[in-house]
Amino acid sequence: MADYRSFEHDVLVIGAGGAGLRAAIEAASTGLSVGLVCKSLLGKAHTVMAEGGVAAALANVDDRDGWRVHFADTMRGGQYLNHPRMAELHAKEAPDRVRELEAWGALFDRTQDGRILQRNFGGHKYPRLAHVGDRTGLEMIRTLQDHGIHQGIDVHMECTVFRLLKDGDRVSGAFGYEREKGRFLVFKAKAIVLATGGIGRAFQITSNSWEYTGDGHSLAYHAGAELLDMEFVQFHPTGMVWPPSVRGILVTEGVRGEGGVLKNSEGRRFMFDDIPELYRNQTADNEDEGWRYTQGDRDARRPPELLTRDHVARCIVRELREGRGSPHGGVFLDIAWIKEHLSDSEAHIKRKLPSMYHQFKELAGIDITKEPMEVGPTTHYVMGGIRVDGNSQMSTVPGLYAAGECAAGLHGANRLGGNSLSDLLVFGKRAGEYAASFAREEGAVSIDEDQVEAAAKDALEPFEREGAGDDNAYHIQHDLQMMMQAKVGIVRNQGDMEEAVAGIAELRERAGRIAVHGNREYNPGWHTALDLGNLLTVSEAVARAGLQRTESRGAHFREDHPEKSEELAKFNHVLAKAPDGTMTVRREPLQPQTDEQKAIIEEMK
Amino acid sequence: MAQRSFEVWRGDESGGELRDYKTDVTEGMVLLDAIHQIQAESANDLAVRWNCKAGKCGSCSAEINGQPRLMCMTRMSDLPEDQPVTVEPVRAFPSLSDLVTDVRWNFEVKQRIKPFKPRKPDAEDGTWRMQQADVDRVQEFRKCIECFLCQDVCHVLREHHKHEEFIGPRFLVYAAALEMHPLDEEDRLGELRGDQGIGYCNITKCCTKVCPEHITITDNAIIPLKERVVDRYYDPIRWLLSLFRK
Repeated sequence: MADYRSFEHDVLVIGAGGAGLRAAIEAASTGLSVGLVCKSLLGKAHTVMAEGGVAAALANVDDRDGWRVHFADTMRGGQYLNHPRMAELHAKEAPDRVRELEAWGALFDRTQDGRILQRNFGGHKYPRLAHVGDRTGLEMIRTLQDHGIHQGIDVHMECTVFRLLKDGDRVSGAFGYEREKGRFLVFKAKAIVLATGGIGRAFQITSNSWEYTGDGHSLAYHAGAELLDMEFVQFHPTGMVWPPSVRGILVTEGVRGEGGVLKNSEGRRFMFDDIPELYRNQTADNEDEGWRYTQGDRDARRPPELLTRDHVARCIVRELREGRGSPHGGVFLDIAWIKEHLSDSEAHIKRKLPSMYHQFKELAGIDITKEPMEVGPTTHYVMGGIRVDGNSQMSTVPGLYAAGECAAGLHGANRLGGNSLSDLLVFGKRAGEYAASFAREEGAVSIDEDQVEAAAKDALEPFEREGAGDDNAYHIQHDLQMMMQAKVGIVRNQGDMEEAVAGIAELRERAGRIAVHGNREYNPGWHTALDLGNLLTVSEAVARAGLQRTESRGAHFREDHPEKSEELAKFNHVLAKAPDGTMTVRREPLQPQTDEQKAIIEEMK
Repeated sequence: MAQRSFEVWRGDESGGELRDYKTDVTEGMVLLDAIHQIQAESANDLAVRWNCKAGKCGSCSAEINGQPRLMCMTRMSDLPEDQPVTVEPVRAFPSLSDLVTDVRWNFEVKQRIKPFKPRKPDAEDGTWRMQQADVDRVQEFRKCIECFLCQDVCHVLREHHKHEEFIGPRFLVYAAALEMHPLDEEDRLGELRGDQGIGYCNITKCCTKVCPEHITITDNAIIPLKERVVDRYYDPIRWLLSLFRK
């Protein structure tokens, strides 16, 4: 018999970033008992790293904005693979969710007349991102945390969930372990919300923290839930490229929103060279107009640096491939140049982009108020994820919900900057609300001891094995990251992705031989070995879905199929675990748009 | 590339010791990279907390050559090359495993501080108006990443172990952010003077010096709070007036 501690909650939320905290707060507000599990200490989750802002059509800066424009921008950015109902709810509800944060103590930057200030961002027609300098995520998670700790939520810090438990078709709980002592935990719950974030650690160059190992995706998939559109992984165009050890750390899009420009080694603003058809009418055709846009000129169109992330990242890759990169293999991002227009540019940059100033000064020895940064693409976000119902956020497993980055649907083929912070508020709240009503209506569940025993046995297996040479979880994770970066990265083709699928199978075999040394107390070697299983599952999903999408759309670029396909524009990809344990990918028609949604999209084209 | 030597504290609540490690250091590397490399190469079970590796989450606090710092923001090139780099856990909190300490006390303290209580919305649209100038001060405090380095270096906690009677600089900053919030109506001065022990701080400013976010903890947060406490409880004129009110 495995030794474990038991907990029982009406609703269990797994993950305590923005989405998880928001879900837990909502579920707790209904009076139910709520547990919140986080891999790290409370308040350290990945949301803390979000920089630029939260997108909400408050119309504080430009009164032409409204939910319809935000909806149309989100759909266009996602190349219309988005779940239209989610995109509509998101655009409609984001302003209330932002105002609610203010009522809980958040202090956003202000307009002259004392309202919440909004800034420009890629793909958003009007200034739409409520922000706090360039540390918006910290403000949001701290607000949710400081509010959440007074709502009667039981927080289980530094615990990792290893497997979901089921009672028949329905989810009934979770099996996990305390990172600190290594003791096992069993949570019994009537409903579960997954809010575990993304998968960035599957790649070598990423802006994501260690926690982003695709846990929620993998837990849901192995519990029988479907995943959606896993081929769409966002490579943020601007990560640090030098020094090598900080490669991948995010450089906020806010730099470009504040007037920063991209240049190649010839000093040319290469973003003017390729402006996609969908955005031609909205994009400036000269440098002066672009500058005026960033300074709030309502008649100017946005500079091409503020095109969507997928496009900007590909343009940077083009410059690199054609030999016009910067000395350390990136391109130049220049905000210092605004001194030509602003006399107090140095103070302005430090006020608007304090973390960026700090980050480059301390990690690269660069003063961004005086010299350009070197930047290149970095793995940032996964648009794909757990398939959910557009209203309730319930997955295809009864009682299992998902919100935030680990859920799919809102962003389609490419996410607009700022839409993730609003996503986690809007759908975190919804998931918490619907999970609570499910828990109330559906009644008790029971825990199957056999499932618990099996999970405990699997979790401890690495300790039982004899040492297998010098291979360990860190090496396998490293090899996976190198392979995914090279073969399933920004530019893809069939051969590479097929090799990746085969490579993942080999890595899985190696992972099955890992022997862990030491004891169960705070043993990162063991934790890494267990997380590795999740990374392998999500990596396989990305590669398999990528193989099926024989076109280039949004973040998914195939050099062997560089054009969009009209046929594939009609489908999402659904991934599921077959009875024999293999991963299947099938096409399903897009969620239909309502007549009103169609009319809005047409009108805003 | 050069090989550097490290002395890393290994142990748990029952005790431990500095152990020697070596690893190759490349250009631009930060200490956390070196620790990860050691972990992957020669000490798979070396326990270390970290998350973002970008100075934003405040997880990787440690004492590096005796100085409280974030491992992710400490460049190897800034540490003297002629001696091994010593890496120890923060000492104001009990050790759990290697570089990981038990910081739960901080979360319990925060829970005790009265939460944000806004005044009723007073703008027509059901929200509030606040000027940037009025939020600047509080925004400084809200930059805090909760790395607890200020708690580690505070002698009231570190040397005198007044954890029961004093909340430490981090939570004085937290209380200041609430007290100075333009919308907040709660009153926390009684507790600050009482069981939160603001009087223990004798403004040596050690906390300000180690703050990786450069928050002016003592001057901007603690001293103004002390002044508010003094004004309320120790002003002789106010005291006289209160006699008449009775």
